[in-house]
Amino acid sequence: MKVLVQRRIEDLGTNVTNLLLGLGDFTNFTMKTIFWTFKPPYRWKLLFEQIYFIGNKSIFIIFLTSSFTGAVFAFQIYVGMKVINADSFIGPIVTIALAKELAPVLSGLVVAGRCGAAMAAQIGSMKVTEQIDALEVMGINSYQYLAVPRILGATLSLPLLSAIFLLIGYGGAWLIGTKVILIDEVIFSSLISDFMDLGMVAEGIIKATVFGYLIGIIGTYQGFNVTGGAEGVGKGTNMAVVWGMITVLVVDFFLTSFLTKIL
Amino acid sequence: MKNEQFSIQFKHVVKKFGDTTVLNDVDFGIIQNKITTVLGFSGAGKTTLMKHILGLTMPTSGDVEVLGTCINKIGELELREFRRNFGMVFQYAALFDFLTSFENVAFPLREFTKLTEAEITEKVMNLLESVGISKEAAARLPSELSGGMRKRVGLARGLALDPHIMLYDEPTSGLDPITTHMVYDLMRETHYSNVHHGFTSVIISHDIHATLKYSDYVVFMENGQVVEHLDVESFKKSENPVIRRFLEL
Repeated sequence: MKVLVQRRIEDLGTNVTNLLLGLGDFTNFTMKTIFWTFKPPYRWKLLFEQIYFIGNKSIFIIFLTSSFTGAVFAFQIYVGMKVINADSFIGPIVTIALAKELAPVLSGLVVAGRCGAAMAAQIGSMKVTEQIDALEVMGINSYQYLAVPRILGATLSLPLLSAIFLLIGYGGAWLIGTKVILIDEVIFSSLISDFMDLGMVAEGIIKATVFGYLIGIIGTYQGFNVTGGAEGVGKGTNMAVVWGMITVLVVDFFLTSFLTKIL
Repeated sequence: MKNEQFSIQFKHVVKKFGDTTVLNDVDFGIIQNKITTVLGFSGAGKTTLMKHILGLTMPTSGDVEVLGTCINKIGELELREFRRNFGMVFQYAALFDFLTSFENVAFPLREFTKLTEAEITEKVMNLLESVGISKEAAARLPSELSGGMRKRVGLARGLALDPHIMLYDEPTSGLDPITTHMVYDLMRETHYSNVHHGFTSVIISHDIHATLKYSDYVVFMENGQVVEHLDVESFKKSENPVIRRFLEL
């Protein structure tokens, strides 16, 4: 019994130590990427390539996700609000929810799944095939060349994707609200302007920017920490998606608490 | 051997990873304008030695001097600049898989020189031609090339910035015997066509037969220490039992 307890305590100690070491390593990586973001040469071409990949290439999936989310959400709100005869409030409820929560969070989850995984897989496979070493031997900083454009690309693209999500989601809700549920178009729109303000939109944009940065840093960090061969790349990719999604959801909670107070 | 003959000097270098000593008081010099092969069994410390030359790993104690610069005492930015003195061919070529052979060789030129696209094209095509890569192969991605071709493109990329030191990490692993000798011939040819501007080749290898045929000097490592550092002829006659065992393989 005593041995068992001792072993459990040892395991706990090892886990805590590993967690702290991991956090230290992640912090070190974050600091390096921040340092190299501001050091020339500025690689605009790589940044635009990443914005194109993360932003432009995600538009279709964002379009699909947002249109159906808006439509389904409008329908569900209608089912609930009909009971208290408040179904004309579908417009503001859906739009506020989209602006403050659904657009940044769902865009974040989509990008974490699609781009966070791609970042980890690309960098990870470069790591295991010594391509990162080749960059370093040439005198090119691999953090600056590989991580910085991806992190900045995600940070700049996600607010734009979130704004697109909001617009398309609103479109989906408007379609269901006015054409299926048959709420008057003027009432649907005018109630939104009565209940919404710019602070709500700003809250969503700020959240999306933070999520973009975190997805970028988690995806690239996992890529740089890949060890072994193909299995390692698979693990890194998996970790990038899992941690990216968890981080979006957890950080959303804290950001909501903080931003609600200041906006 | 006089001091000025060395392009790389290890001065009592010790490298420890935790409690493990990977390099133990390594103290020797690599002679300029010669081909030196670092031989040894797996885990002898060869790769760590090479990483010290490149400044990718720093010694726990001691100094590494390359071309007269103590690279463990210079700042990171200066070190990155300094690395342009090196060319390197990796074990599996390490070509950028998202670029064609041509673009791989052009990559360092685009990054570090102010050459025009026309000048880059001319230089890249000359380099690729010198290592026997055709125009058609230049347009292919690394995944579409054979192992030997990848090594040759890797060599051309390593030579793009006219380095003073060329490093080869197991350059022929995974190649058939004929391609192995073709690659070694090419390395030797490359070496002697560049010695006029001060050129040193360092090869990390397991291949004893190719080493004896193509190298000028041999450094033999065991358990993180340099056991022998001799010219090839003296190496062949070494009485060291570990080397004798290696030679009899």
